[in-house]
Amino acid sequence: MRPIQLTARTMLCALAALPLAASAQDLLIRNARVHTVTERGTLERTDVLVRNGRIAAVGTGLAAAGATVIDANGRPLTPGLFGGITALGVVEVSLEKSTVDNDPHAAERDKAAEPRPEFDVTLAFNPDSAVIGVNRVEGITHAMIAPGAVSGDTVIAGQGAVARLDGRAEAIVTPSRTLFANLNAGVSRAGQFMQLEQATREAKPTPQMRDADFRLLTPTGREVLARYLSGGRIVFSVDRATDIRQVLAFAQKQGTRPVILGGAQAWQVAGPLAQARVPVVLDPLVDLPDSFDQLGATLENAARLHKAGVRIAFTNLNDGTHNARKVRQAAGVAVAHGLPWDAALAALTANPAEIFGVGAEFGRIAPGYVADLVLWSGDPFEVTTVAEQVWIDGRAQSMRSRQTELRDRYRPAVR
Amino acid sequence: MNRLCLLLVALAVCATGARAADDPYPSTYQPAASQPTLIRNATVLDGTGRRLDGADVLMRDGKIVAVGTGLAADGATVVDAGGRWVTPGLIDVHSHLGVYASPGVTAHQDGNEATDPVTAGVWAEHGVWPQDPGFYTALAGGVTTLQVLPGSANLIGGRGVTLRNVAGTTMQEMKFPGAPHGLKMACGENPKRVYGGKGRSPSTRMGNVAGYRQAFADAQDYRRQWEKYERELAAYEAQAQDGKHSRRKGEGDAKPPTQPKRDLRLETLVGAMDGEIQVHIHCYRADEMAVMLDLAREFGFKVAAFHHGVEAYKIADRLAQEGVCGALWADWWGFKMEAYDAIWENIAFVDAPANGCAIVHSDSAEGIQRLNQEAAKAMARGQRAGLAIPPERAIRWITSNGARSLGVAGEVGTLEPGKRADVVLWNRDPFSVYALADRVYVDGALRYDRAAPPAPPESDFLLGQPAGGAL
Repeated sequence: MRPIQLTARTMLCALAALPLAASAQDLLIRNARVHTVTERGTLERTDVLVRNGRIAAVGTGLAAAGATVIDANGRPLTPGLFGGITALGVVEVSLEKSTVDNDPHAAERDKAAEPRPEFDVTLAFNPDSAVIGVNRVEGITHAMIAPGAVSGDTVIAGQGAVARLDGRAEAIVTPSRTLFANLNAGVSRAGQFMQLEQATREAKPTPQMRDADFRLLTPTGREVLARYLSGGRIVFSVDRATDIRQVLAFAQKQGTRPVILGGAQAWQVAGPLAQARVPVVLDPLVDLPDSFDQLGATLENAARLHKAGVRIAFTNLNDGTHNARKVRQAAGVAVAHGLPWDAALAALTANPAEIFGVGAEFGRIAPGYVADLVLWSGDPFEVTTVAEQVWIDGRAQSMRSRQTELRDRYRPAVR
Repeated sequence: MNRLCLLLVALAVCATGARAADDPYPSTYQPAASQPTLIRNATVLDGTGRRLDGADVLMRDGKIVAVGTGLAADGATVVDAGGRWVTPGLIDVHSHLGVYASPGVTAHQDGNEATDPVTAGVWAEHGVWPQDPGFYTALAGGVTTLQVLPGSANLIGGRGVTLRNVAGTTMQEMKFPGAPHGLKMACGENPKRVYGGKGRSPSTRMGNVAGYRQAFADAQDYRRQWEKYERELAAYEAQAQDGKHSRRKGEGDAKPPTQPKRDLRLETLVGAMDGEIQVHIHCYRADEMAVMLDLAREFGFKVAAFHHGVEAYKIADRLAQEGVCGALWADWWGFKMEAYDAIWENIAFVDAPANGCAIVHSDSAEGIQRLNQEAAKAMARGQRAGLAIPPERAIRWITSNGARSLGVAGEVGTLEPGKRADVVLWNRDPFSVYALADRVYVDGALRYDRAAPPAPPESDFLLGQPAGGAL
């Protein structure tokens, strides 16, 4: 097959998108099936007005002089999707070390078992990564950028935060900052709790402790961990039911707000999780025991947790970075296995926003909310559906990526 | 047929194992007893490219009898599809179920004999653990036939085995009777990383190709040794026979030739060159696939399929011309450099040329459960790129095209009369994220029924576990 030149059509698309991306202006999306992810639910034939990057109104017959008007023709409009727990912008090619910035121990392999709460992966975030563009055109407008050792070898891997994925330099959403702990490292769990306990004592020392008692954390690490222990948010990567119970006990004792990541057996402790208001970020596709910690893995995990009143959000645990875009397929699979459709959309929008502390601004289509929006060709969970237009802060994003460029270079002649 | 064995077979010394017919680890698979079954009023995608609405599928004695409208039940159990969809049983040409079984503990790492870059003598079937719970979850996804391959650490990793996806206590109970072996080869980063990391060859793509070439050159030499032996043996036998009759003095004293030592590695490569073994090559980049096609020509073997082939779309016409399938993912990419140029439309572009052969493969215990959805993604993106890909065409990517690459197209992959009655009844259009297999028939026997999941679970491993049940 011979490469072909850019067609007039693709040129036109590229040109059309650019001016919109370049300037914020008022936007009126008319006649959409609006999934608000609020108490208003889904609104048919409804308009959404965006002013200054925020949603100004949701209703019918809206008008705005000078606004860019888009006719949705009844197609679904959702909030921009949360891409899950990812390494977007901090990993370009997973096996190429020179492009991997999410490993807290890359610069000190001999200390791979040491907790590193002070490791802040967001400092390496590259808003221009091609991996971001590939996911943005699929409706992913923001994601948690997490340290890479969440399934690695240390009990505290460092800090991450939600990043906005429109290429802006100041992409990190500060209130979403989160510490990542890991109890799936494949070494003794008792040893990990021992380390966690010691780290905690060092971060919140008693007056009796002497210099020799501080053996695990650096001074910076102690400061950072102390912050998260006083009401901060800590994601615990953990699958086994009994380990989840231990996390709940630890969090209650320390006064932290835990989030369960993975939670293959979380449905077995759904009651305690709901009671403690502890959310679970899970991959709905996990149904095989990859380890002895996941013997109860089931495609109904999401449905059972939701039914029990646990707040859930979705992530792709298999390849959450390059294929973060797969979360909407996973949401559809969760629906096929009992999760209500609206709950699945919430798990990609409002729920992760709430879980990571930005629920007042992200994840819903309501006045005052950030205008991160996606117009879909059909049911957003369907594998045959595509995102037709993505807006971030009300700005139309280019719907081209490195992959669409390759596609158009090698597109065969239409038969 | 293997030329070596063809030469030797008359002399009854052909126990080399290179011939499928002489498989020393033979299949003991037996189709389960089945009732004649008529599925009525279904939307049927038959795997040949046809779609039949409001159609019936009749199975009897484990075979497809007929597909059409208004078929007579003739005593068969009638299943009213009520407009639901029917497809052939799905085929995954790239699985590591059983050799990288769940749970993924160290004891279950049986897929890569990563001790030498050429381990053509190892067979995946000798590492398959039939209790892998992943076989059942794949069945729930409609998969009735799968090829289990060795991994890609090695240049030539060994033989793959094609299995019927049925519960068995032994691998042999699952083995597809008469299916040819596969040969797993690997291009690119994996072999050079694994062996370069050990300070030995290959450490570069140059070393990779030198490694394949030397292995096949050795196999050519090995084949010549056996051919020479065979000629000498035939001459000796003829002479002895002649001597018996004529008893001429001084004749018949010649010694019989010495049989060459069997070499299991080279035996496999000879089998590939002789067309007895289907060659499956893990290869991502277009330029490397082109080198492998030249390698195949140099040594006279045929490539059945390139696997992963993230850049296959760049040489789609060449693959079609050479009759080589692309066994591909819908959306995996970026985990290594050679996977950086992925596009959604890869499968559709490989399918597009005349004689194009696109296959959706999984390489994953998760992906194998939803091959229909992977195909749907590729279909939709192909359609948006302007290609006419109706569901009846796309279903071939997960049925008949896979069967072709495995060398079992005469038995499975379509719903043509006489084929094995591997049939999936879906609760709706299978190209939907909400689609679930309601019923899966293998050789006409109902092996999976969503309405009546097995309790306790089929896998011995899951039995008696407090958590209970993978589904």
